[in-house]
Amino acid sequence: MLNSLGREIPEYIEGIGKLEPFQGALTKLSKGWMDEPTIPAPNKAYLPHQNKLCNSLEEAILRSNPHNGMTVSFHHHLRNGDILLVQTLTILHNMGIRDITLASSSLNECHDPILPYMKDGTITRIYSSGIRSQLGHAVALGVLDIPVVIHSHGGRVRSIHTGKIQIDLTVIAASAADCEGNATGSHGKSAFGSIGYAVIDARYAKQVIVVTDNLVDFPCIPLSISQNFVDQVVVVDSIGDASKIATGTTRITNSPMDLRIAKLAADVIEYSGFFEQGFAFQVGAGGASLAVAKFIREKMKTKGIKGSFMLGGITSYCVDMLNDGLFETIFDVQSFDATVSNSLLNNRRHIEIPAALYANPFNCGCITNKIDVVVLGALEIDVDFNVNVITGSEGKVRGASGGHSDTASGAKLTVVVCPSFRGRIPIIKKRVHTIVTPGESIHVLVTERGICVNPAFPELEENLKRAGLNIKDIHDLEIEVDKITGIPAPLEYTDKIVGVVEYRDGTIIDVIHQLKEK
Amino acid sequence: MKRNYKKRRSMLYIPGNNPAMIQQGGVYGADSILLDLEDAVALNQKDAARILVRNMVNVIDFYDAEVCVRVNHLSTPFGLADLEAIVPLQPSAIRYPKTESAEEVAELLNIIEKIEDRHGLSHTKMTLHAMIETAMGVQNVFDIASKFDRVDAITIGGQDLTADMNIVYTPDGAGIDFARKRIVMAAKASHIDVIDTVFPDVNDEEGLRRETEYAKKIGFTGKAVINPRQIEIIHDVFTPTEEEIRKAYRIVKEFRANSAAGIGVFAIDGKMIDAPIVTRAEYILRLANVTVG
Repeated sequence: MLNSLGREIPEYIEGIGKLEPFQGALTKLSKGWMDEPTIPAPNKAYLPHQNKLCNSLEEAILRSNPHNGMTVSFHHHLRNGDILLVQTLTILHNMGIRDITLASSSLNECHDPILPYMKDGTITRIYSSGIRSQLGHAVALGVLDIPVVIHSHGGRVRSIHTGKIQIDLTVIAASAADCEGNATGSHGKSAFGSIGYAVIDARYAKQVIVVTDNLVDFPCIPLSISQNFVDQVVVVDSIGDASKIATGTTRITNSPMDLRIAKLAADVIEYSGFFEQGFAFQVGAGGASLAVAKFIREKMKTKGIKGSFMLGGITSYCVDMLNDGLFETIFDVQSFDATVSNSLLNNRRHIEIPAALYANPFNCGCITNKIDVVVLGALEIDVDFNVNVITGSEGKVRGASGGHSDTASGAKLTVVVCPSFRGRIPIIKKRVHTIVTPGESIHVLVTERGICVNPAFPELEENLKRAGLNIKDIHDLEIEVDKITGIPAPLEYTDKIVGVVEYRDGTIIDVIHQLKEK
Repeated sequence: MKRNYKKRRSMLYIPGNNPAMIQQGGVYGADSILLDLEDAVALNQKDAARILVRNMVNVIDFYDAEVCVRVNHLSTPFGLADLEAIVPLQPSAIRYPKTESAEEVAELLNIIEKIEDRHGLSHTKMTLHAMIETAMGVQNVFDIASKFDRVDAITIGGQDLTADMNIVYTPDGAGIDFARKRIVMAAKASHIDVIDTVFPDVNDEEGLRRETEYAKKIGFTGKAVINPRQIEIIHDVFTPTEEEIRKAYRIVKEFRANSAAGIGVFAIDGKMIDAPIVTRAEYILRLANVTVG
């Protein structure tokens, strides 16, 4: 069957189940409720003064009823410094557990060591917002028989509510925790800031293990994860590589190209009609995206504009803007550097939020719904403004859906920033390889060679033209870039589906086919 | 008398042997791009740079930027070969380094025009930018600037000049201040553009702004750029203020209305408006990208 973007979606996939085609970003939400029932959270009881402390991760896992076919979940707040995911799966592998569904909120390069477990049947299914490095390559080549499911951060919460992802065991790394399992990421030697993605796992997993390298006296404050959901607590020497968990401060890029694109994007925001008192703003942490914040900061100071809140992945740059009084509040679902942890811990206007409040579409209002302006990146964008942030030009899975479609759907102005080509590869395509975010959610594309406004928003285009910005038709820009780079030969795929890209409402926006090995 | 003021707030240097940087040269919004065959290119890369620039200069879309090529001096083994390769392609301008005298410019133009004749090209399309980088050049700058119609900009090369003067460049520019002002005066006397030297510390935004403001104050019309990150600050300084733009707009508009009615000299708010004031007003509007409808 075809979804509304013309992508062929199978009706059923063995191991995943029945699929529903994407029908528009707000079509399902406009009903006002979610059709699928919400499954109940586990029902547990503990005796007074029962000891939750375990001597080792292995012992805790043994007590957690490990079994074939189980689903194990993790958060990715330790980014590329995480070691617990690999340790846990190695323990399960050594116990002879097979057919595991891995449900990590994202997968990074540090998780490459689990590749053998994907080959030997230890891991047979993956749900994640992102897959990179060797795992992404292997997935693209079809290492798993059952396609991986790529979800957004908000969509992951929905999947857990509906029981699409039923977590048997979650292992939650925390930089501080007490003996009852009250836990946080906001202090300790391995502090990583917000633990927002793990909150839903703690609530719904049948077994919850908190692992920390910093056991503090009861109670551990703040209660980012609270003890009433935690079964066991493990103290280890280290939860990860501190140098990769949180670097000092995030620096604004020095790349002239990223800065050029960022400056143009800031101009777009300034003249869009949405740059006004009390606006809400989100930027990513990557090159051009974060650099937009630098220019917006200057413009806010010059024009005397004060924003309402910043949202999302939070960098020290966002914290600086909060401390400058440029924004009232930060809502932090994920933090990117050490300075952020200090702010999260000490500034009451810097608020830790769970993924559900951040972006779950099926509740009475996630915060992404209140964004005025969001700046996002792209691996590819097509002439219909559909964005790919999951598969690279060589066909590998190498990115993350993350909050891309969540924030794009909620914002009044979604700005995509990217260079018009990378290396020799054009970024603007007639058709992107994989759609993650539908073009209807994207208002404007900013590249170094011109700004393209989605024709669905003529008033915005008028505003930007009036400001004298270099507006081009996206078809013209595509042709212009093709003239510079040439048109790359198409990649070759088999009919086998290796990945399913779920839109935040649970419908399927695209599938990823197996890359033919050269 | 030459009246060639162009929109040349920024002149971005791009090493002639770097294809990626040349390809992206036009996207940063610089008013002028300088493809460099001279000091930015190592001696063993001179041929490669010449061939690359020859092949790219008219193929790459530099959008609205003026494209210039800096050739090597004729006293080097590369100067003549550079001219033979580049002049037939007729970029907007040739920039000539270490210009020291009018005789030298005459010799250069003679060579350029012979090449143009061989290719059936006119002598009026491509202009010449003379770089003043030696004490002797500063001494002779009035002749260099004024004697040739094809010289439509002069520039100061601060690094080479301090080396020639055997002094150390200091951030306050004390050593080259006289040269700066003399070069500006020579340009003003000839009504041509005058471009200030590069600001070498790309991470010092405040220093760049300070130096650019000083350059503007003493009469420079633009500044050389060694990193695209410097363009915005330089443009910010050299772009006229809103008040200046409004005033210029009014002058040009009324000038056109009066001209149509056959009136040459008129007054605005009691002040006489004549041709030089109109010329300056038109220049301001050009800098601000404003057209009088």
